[in-house]
Amino acid sequence: MIRDPEHEKMPRKELEKLQLERLQAKAREVYERVPFYRRAFKEREVTPEDIRTLADLTRLPFTTKLDFRDNYPYGLMAVPLEQIVRIHSSSGTTGKPIIVPYTHGDIDTWTEVMARTLATAGVTKDDVLQNAYGYGLFTGGLGFHYGAERIGASIVPTGGGNTKRQILLLQDLGTTVITCTPSYALIINETALEMGVDLRDTKLRLGVLGAEPWSEQMREDIEERTGISAINIYGLTEIIGPGVSVECPHKCGLHIAEDHFLVEIIDPQTGEQLPYGEEGELVITTLTKEAQPVIRFRTRDITSLNPEPCECGRTGVRMSRITGRSDDMLIVRGVNVFPSQIESVLLDVEGVEPHYLIVVDRQHVFKTDELEIWVEVSEDIFSDEMQKMEDLEKRLRSEMDSVLGISARIKLVEPKTIARTEGKAKRVVDRSEL
Amino acid sequence: MRIKQVSVFVENQPGRLVAILEPLEKRGISIRALSISESAEFGIVRMILDNAEEGLKALRQAGFTTRMDWILSAEIPDVSGGLLNSVARPLAEAGINLEYFYAYIEQAAGDKAMVVLKTDDLEKAEQVLKSL
Repeated sequence: MIRDPEHEKMPRKELEKLQLERLQAKAREVYERVPFYRRAFKEREVTPEDIRTLADLTRLPFTTKLDFRDNYPYGLMAVPLEQIVRIHSSSGTTGKPIIVPYTHGDIDTWTEVMARTLATAGVTKDDVLQNAYGYGLFTGGLGFHYGAERIGASIVPTGGGNTKRQILLLQDLGTTVITCTPSYALIINETALEMGVDLRDTKLRLGVLGAEPWSEQMREDIEERTGISAINIYGLTEIIGPGVSVECPHKCGLHIAEDHFLVEIIDPQTGEQLPYGEEGELVITTLTKEAQPVIRFRTRDITSLNPEPCECGRTGVRMSRITGRSDDMLIVRGVNVFPSQIESVLLDVEGVEPHYLIVVDRQHVFKTDELEIWVEVSEDIFSDEMQKMEDLEKRLRSEMDSVLGISARIKLVEPKTIARTEGKAKRVVDRSEL
Repeated sequence: MRIKQVSVFVENQPGRLVAILEPLEKRGISIRALSISESAEFGIVRMILDNAEEGLKALRQAGFTTRMDWILSAEIPDVSGGLLNSVARPLAEAGINLEYFYAYIEQAAGDKAMVVLKTDDLEKAEQVLKSL
């Protein structure tokens, strides 16, 4: 269903005019109110007045995760704190969280964008929607909640976990739509089977899945096992949360809400803007955010853009499924994990050298993603007593858990087991590569 | 009496013990006692060598993580109650905890067995055993 035909089916010329107006206004706003952007613009010798066409976007500075870190917590805000009604957060590269504040206006924008997103996926007010995304600092839970509420669906706000109860409620309350990560969808299915429940016999018909990369293969898997139609959704905390883009039932790319998000693809090495159809790093400029607008945010996600109008009639550009990252970040069980976080934990334990390897076991059907961290045992940490070695392992594991936010296994290995390389160490391998 | 023990960290894989023994053999070093303490993924190989320093060097050069520790050796008469009366009970009565324990490969002089042990208090344990 097209909730906002005026914007979703806007002819390109009109859409681009709207985008330009909004970009100009936003550039002025950040230039005047955010010292970080004023400095960044001056460094590039550009002022808001220099933006006369959309092509001038390339004259503006990029914003990266490092800029978020360096301006933690409120350095990128464009409004005073008293106008902020919500603050969400997600993992940052160095263990410092990404902080994203929202004004009333932003919450309303987000709600509307999420309502549009869910409507695109096929959710209506007649649906019973079970929201199994995490509620709290993570944008997933509340993002989906507010969007579903605006549509008028009946929300069962289970959040993640307590899977057996979720399945009970799913059956008894007649859940028709599930919103969660793709890996959790498979866990729900597996648990259901253990309980003797076949999801295909329930009223469940649709899943709006995201927050982590997942393949076409996994979609087929999920659809076959559960009987639902699995729709892909994309978003990121720094921009707004979920709601940046979503598939329509044709499932041929994710429609971007271009009236709110101005997108580009760049070459991650050179920063050069690439034409439609070419694969590269997705860069997003927020056209309507008030509390913390971002200019040309480098998402590190690799994708390509398709401007052809879709069969559904929407004119917004479509992005392909994310194929990878241009940085080290991993997403494991829906959580962002950075090798630098792992490094910081290891360096914190006296005597441990930062020779580590992250081995990722990617989800196979019934098994979730697993992380195993290989740590070389140097003489500084080696004890002749087994208890002490086991205590070391336990300590590393619990520190890792608290810093990463997910549990990882620790494997102590002999020195030089982990290859030394010239230049950038390959810190992460897939189990299949070993 | 005090005795030097060489320990080596090793992964629980086939061939790792061979990898430890080869460098020792190359240097002509003999092993008097050996024990392996294992977990699922790794082990600690503890050894009493006829030349601890040389052994340690050889193993380090071979790329192993090693360490040297002082532990105790004790002679035990080869009769029933030998271990109980010469080591176990005296230490327990002195409140000393035994961390680990293993036996010598070669026999001590006469009708005695030789064992090595680590306790939580080297000084005290040494005194206790000396005073017997």
